[in-house]
Amino acid sequence: MSNSHGVSLRLEACAKSFPGGSRALDPVTLAVARGETVVILGPSGCGKTTLLRIIAGLEAPDAGGRVFFNDADVTKVPIEQRKVGMVFQSYALFPNMSVAENIGYGLKIRGIGKAQRAARVAELVKLTGIEGFEHRRITQLSGGQRQRVALARAVAVQPSVLLLDEPLTALDAALRERLRSELDRLLRTLGITTIYVTHDQAEAMALGDRIVVMRNGAIAQIGSPREIYFSPQSRFVAEFVGAANILEASIENGELKLPGGRIKLGNGAPAGAVTAMVRPEAIAIVPPERAALCGRVDAVSFVGDRARLIVTGAADRPLVLSVANSTDVKVGERVGLAIEPDAVRLLPGDRR
Amino acid sequence: MRDRVIFCGQLVFTALVAAFLIVPAILSMLAGITANYFRGIGSGLTLQWVVAVWDLYAETIARSLLIAIATLAATLVVGVPAAYALNVRGGRLARTVEEVITLPLAIPGLAIALALLLTYNGFGDFRRSWLFILTGHVVFTLPFMVRSVMAVLSGIDVKTLDESAASLGAGPWRRFRDVIVPNARPGILAGSLAVVTLSLGEFNLTWMLHTPLTKTLPVGLADSYASMRLEVASAYTLVFFLMIIPLLVAMQLLADRPGTPERS
Amino acid sequence: MSFFAKPVPTFAGHARGLSHRSFLRLCLLPLAVVAAAFFLLPMVKLVIVGASGETGLSAYAAIVTQPRYRATLINTVLLAAATTAASLAIATIAGLFLQRHRFPGRALLVAMLTFPLAFPGVVVGFMIILLAGRQGLVGELTSRLIGEKLVFAYSIQGLFLGYLYFSIPRVILTIMAAIEKLDPALEEAARALGAGPWAVHRDVILPALVPAFVASGAIAFATAMGAFGTAFTLATNIDVLPMVIYTEFTLSANIAMAAALSVGLGLVAWAMLALSRSLTGGTIAAAG
Repeated sequence: MSNSHGVSLRLEACAKSFPGGSRALDPVTLAVARGETVVILGPSGCGKTTLLRIIAGLEAPDAGGRVFFNDADVTKVPIEQRKVGMVFQSYALFPNMSVAENIGYGLKIRGIGKAQRAARVAELVKLTGIEGFEHRRITQLSGGQRQRVALARAVAVQPSVLLLDEPLTALDAALRERLRSELDRLLRTLGITTIYVTHDQAEAMALGDRIVVMRNGAIAQIGSPREIYFSPQSRFVAEFVGAANILEASIENGELKLPGGRIKLGNGAPAGAVTAMVRPEAIAIVPPERAALCGRVDAVSFVGDRARLIVTGAADRPLVLSVANSTDVKVGERVGLAIEPDAVRLLPGDRR
Repeated sequence: MRDRVIFCGQLVFTALVAAFLIVPAILSMLAGITANYFRGIGSGLTLQWVVAVWDLYAETIARSLLIAIATLAATLVVGVPAAYALNVRGGRLARTVEEVITLPLAIPGLAIALALLLTYNGFGDFRRSWLFILTGHVVFTLPFMVRSVMAVLSGIDVKTLDESAASLGAGPWRRFRDVIVPNARPGILAGSLAVVTLSLGEFNLTWMLHTPLTKTLPVGLADSYASMRLEVASAYTLVFFLMIIPLLVAMQLLADRPGTPERS
Repeated sequence: MSFFAKPVPTFAGHARGLSHRSFLRLCLLPLAVVAAAFFLLPMVKLVIVGASGETGLSAYAAIVTQPRYRATLINTVLLAAATTAASLAIATIAGLFLQRHRFPGRALLVAMLTFPLAFPGVVVGFMIILLAGRQGLVGELTSRLIGEKLVFAYSIQGLFLGYLYFSIPRVILTIMAAIEKLDPALEEAARALGAGPWAVHRDVILPALVPAFVASGAIAFATAMGAFGTAFTLATNIDVLPMVIYTEFTLSANIAMAAALSVGLGLVAWAMLALSRSLTGGTIAAAG
């Protein structure tokens, strides 16, 4: 059932420093399978766009870095010859050409005949849902329409790798949600090896087969969305992807000792001081009388599909809880907290 | 490899064009201090031609300076308050006025001079004095001052500054003097440099308006090109360059500083 | 808006001195006087005089009906057009080169290319004489190389060179500014789609520069049409419109004709600059 197209990708020790001394990227080694969608996620300035541009061929890695498409070394190959499909953050549509001419540009460069070009453009227009817009000028399109044209243009030449640089960032929130699911459907239909750069963790988790979390020019963690979410390997990843309650406490007798009580941990828990993480939705409200951990409700926010609580006194800092919107608690009420041992994730101490 | 060749080709092309523009200027500066241009620089360097220029044309140079300074004064007095008023009032009136005062830039100097002559020929004394030339220069350079100041004013929120000064009790004149003018200084400076440079070099208008008694530097230059030997003409050109190059450099430095208006 | 409608009260509680509105009017007064007396009035007079000659209003049509003036007009337009095309081409090649590369001496090259911006037309004429006149550089070089002294300052080629001399600095500034504003993502997108350097220039860069071409081209054209000092210094028997106007006025005392031609020339120049302004929002003065 595999619908895989494109090439497999491999980066070896690719770093990038700019003249002036600033280091945008520490040496990165990454392998991407054919047909896989990898999302590079991180805050601004973490080097994700630089990494994408190295894969594209717009930047050359520092000496020693190498890029492989299907085991062929393409490090010295310029972008014109790499056959990549690139969608820029600003879309970069050619204002002097119509929609159809934009989409067909890559084919025109390759010398594909007019009739064949028109057929392919029609195919893509249908695929991206912009029928009727073929002869419009770019300036007459909305943001969402432009995004689709940019995608159609990148895909028209049947590239070996699809590279997307924050394609949804320029759109407003509602449009972004809608286009995200369309993008997901499209990527699965096409099955091309895809590298997708974003700072939005919801996008990353929805679209990626694997996520590469980056920070300050280096990879913080690579894994599937579930792995990243449930088993973050550092405090940074825990807090960047989803909300996290960070607990600094010590373990005694297999239990985490907190100001408001104890949490029983699974087998094999080490003793001593640790940094632990618990997701807000993993903490349940129980009657306080027999609970091992208690606290006081400081704030209640009804967010619609959930309710958000701030509970103080249980840990060394306020805990954030995400509970069912039907939960009935009041500010100031004393509550018990129940946390499954598996929901407590121990983080290695990271000092950055 | 191909990139190297293209780079060199473009470099040579650009250098040739630059040479086309610069070489004659350098030649003229050299000729002005060469004893005999025909025999080349081997005939020795001398200041005799510059001295000759001074003897012949000192008065015209002085007159040009006088007119330039007078033009500057006039454009400051007329242009700066006007720029402020136009900026504040905004709207269609301001745009129309701006169009009208920019017209002298579009219409060839020759035509403007002709128009002035036809209108004021009857006013003998005025027409024969250097003030007549002054009016031509003011009409031509005013748009530069006004636009330069307006550009700076539109970059800062003049209305709010004005209102806050007023709330502290300052009347309109005080506000203009203490708040508006100091904040418009980059524009006033840029405009002033432009006005002086343009006035010193103005020919098209001045040639038509001048009389043998009211010659300016460019008029003298045309004179020397037609009737003097090359060395004298070059020396005169050298003097002109020496006068405007510092102004041009100052304008370029000013333009490179943040907060100054675009060259217009 | 109400701020400007009422007099500004002082601490004493009543209006003292000038109201804001009156002050603004006072600010505009000198400008109004100067503009009216020394520009608007003379312009009107010019238009009237143009129609006051023996042939009356038909003097305005003479620019195309009379063979002599028509020939001059065609000469002037052709010269201006050739200057515009040549300076645009030169400025684009040099401009792209200078904006895309940084190398020691670049700033010097840019300065050399823009320095003649402030030269009056007479000085430009003199520059051409120094290059290609009887004692000119070109003459010296050719007489040494091929034995014959090449002098062309006083012909149409010299005039063309003179016009180029003052057009290139103007045009190159605008073009370089436009090149700087080009979106690099567009070029990268074209390259990603496989376009080589020539295709990128043809399909992305040059189309994006078209507004700058039109804007600076219009200025160059208007300036060349109205240039007087250069033609005057080169003292040729080349007929360009400004020279004809000059001779009509001073030598033939044909004032009405001179006025009519001036109005015509002014209209053409103004139309060109209005076109340019509508595309950029700014103007460089016509002078030369």
